[in-house]
Amino acid sequence: MTAHDHLTNGWDRNQMAARAARELRDGYYVNLGIGIPTLVANNVPAGMTVTLQSENGMLGIGPFPYADEVDPDLINAGKQTISQLPQTSYFSSADSFAMIRGGHIDLAVLGGMEVSEKGDLANWMVPGKMIKGMGGAMDLVAGVKRIIVVMEHVSKNGDPKFIPECTLPLTGKNVVDMIITDLAVFERPDHNSPFKLVEMAPGVSAEEVRSKTSAQYVE
Amino acid sequence: MAKKIYPDAASALEGLLFDGMTISAGGFGLCGIPERLIDAIQASGVKNLTIASNNAGIDNEGLGKLLRTRQVKKMISSYVGENKEFERQYLAGELEVEFCPQGTLAERMRAGGAGIPGFYTKTGVGTQVAEGKEVKSFDGEDYILERGIRADLAIIKGWKADESGNLIFRKTARNFNQPAATSGKICVAEVEEIVPVGSLDPDCIHLPSIYVKRLTCGAPYDKKIEFVTTRERESA
Repeated sequence: MTAHDHLTNGWDRNQMAARAARELRDGYYVNLGIGIPTLVANNVPAGMTVTLQSENGMLGIGPFPYADEVDPDLINAGKQTISQLPQTSYFSSADSFAMIRGGHIDLAVLGGMEVSEKGDLANWMVPGKMIKGMGGAMDLVAGVKRIIVVMEHVSKNGDPKFIPECTLPLTGKNVVDMIITDLAVFERPDHNSPFKLVEMAPGVSAEEVRSKTSAQYVE
Repeated sequence: MAKKIYPDAASALEGLLFDGMTISAGGFGLCGIPERLIDAIQASGVKNLTIASNNAGIDNEGLGKLLRTRQVKKMISSYVGENKEFERQYLAGELEVEFCPQGTLAERMRAGGAGIPGFYTKTGVGTQVAEGKEVKSFDGEDYILERGIRADLAIIKGWKADESGNLIFRKTARNFNQPAATSGKICVAEVEEIVPVGSLDPDCIHLPSIYVKRLTCGAPYDKKIEFVTTRERESA
C-alpha cells in the first residue's frame, strides 16, 4: 500500500456490494459470483423479491444453513453449504446454463481482474500462474442481460484495473455494463457507448478517479 | 425385464473399461460424484483415460484418486482448483487439460447425448476458448462452433432408482449427472437406494431408464463437503 492510498476514503467490500444491490429490481433473477458479489445477497432491499440462481443447478438460494441442517447435496457454485427456500427449484447443469446462455437471467455480478474501456472483462487466468479454470464466468458474461463487475479500483501494486485494453486473457469481449470499484461507479447504456463516471464514493474526487484510471471514460 | 442391477461398482463396470477410453463423469465439486464407480475404476488399473468432468476432485477425493494413480491422460473441465496433485502434474506437463466453459461443457454433453455433433454458442467468443474454432455470425452476432461429447462410458451418481433404471437426483447433486449420463455410449449409475418399479412417480423422473444401462447401490455414503458454511440461530 502506498502512502497515497491512505488519503483515500471510499467504499469497503460490503459497501461495494451494497452499491451493486442498488441495481436490483423487484422480480429479478440474479447470479452472484464468488467474493464481494456474494455479499450482494445480504443487501437486497427490504420488500423486494430477488431470486438468486446458482449455476450448479438451483433457483432460489436460501441463507447458509444452521449447523444441524447442513446438507452435502445442497451447495452453491462456490461449493459452500446453503439452504433452500419454499420457492426453490433444482435442475441440471445443462438446464442451468440454458437459462444463463438463453438470456433469461436479468443480472450477474462478478469480480474482475481487469476491465477495458470497450467493456472487455478478464477475470479467469494470469499467465505463468496455475490456471484453475473459468468455471461458468464465460457463459455468464455471454448470456446474462446485464453484467456488473465489482472490483478494487487498483491492483495490489497500485496499477489501474480499468484500462484501455486488457493485458490478461479475456473472459468475454464487450460484455460489461457497469463497473463498481471502491472509488467509483462507471456505467454505459449499451455496448456501443463509452463508460461514464456516474458516481464517486464519499471523499473521492473526480481527479483521484482520473489519476487511478488509464481507461478513457466520459465524466 | 432385463436385469440392470449389479451387486457392486466393480461388477457394474465389468467388461466396459479399456485403456485410452473417454469417460463422462457427473458431479460438481464433491457434490453428486460417482465415488464408488471412481474407486472401482481406480482398482481396475485402467489407464490413459480422458475424463470429461466439471471438476477434477480434490486431493485424494473423487477424480483426485485417479490423478494420484496416474490413470488420467487428459481432463476436460471448467474448474480444477483445490487440487495440489492436479496442479503438480499439470505444471510438470504430465497431465493434459482442456479448459471448457462450464455451460459449454454441460451443453457438449447434452448435445453429444442428443445426437448433435456440434453447436454454436456465444460463450467464449473473442477469448482463448475460441482459438481454432469456426466462427459464424447469426443476426449480426458472432458464435463459435463447439463439439458434442460422446463418451465411451458415463459414470453418474443418483439418489434413488427403480429396478428398471428410472432415476431421480437430490437437490444440487443433480448438476452434471443428468447431461453426463446421456453423453455416454453406455451409462453406469450408482444410487443411494434401489426401489421397486412403481414406487417413483413417473411424472417426476429426472433420468428415464433408457439412459441407465447398469445400476448399483453404493450405500452407505459418507458425503464429503468442501466448504461447510453455517449461520447462527437467533437466540430466543
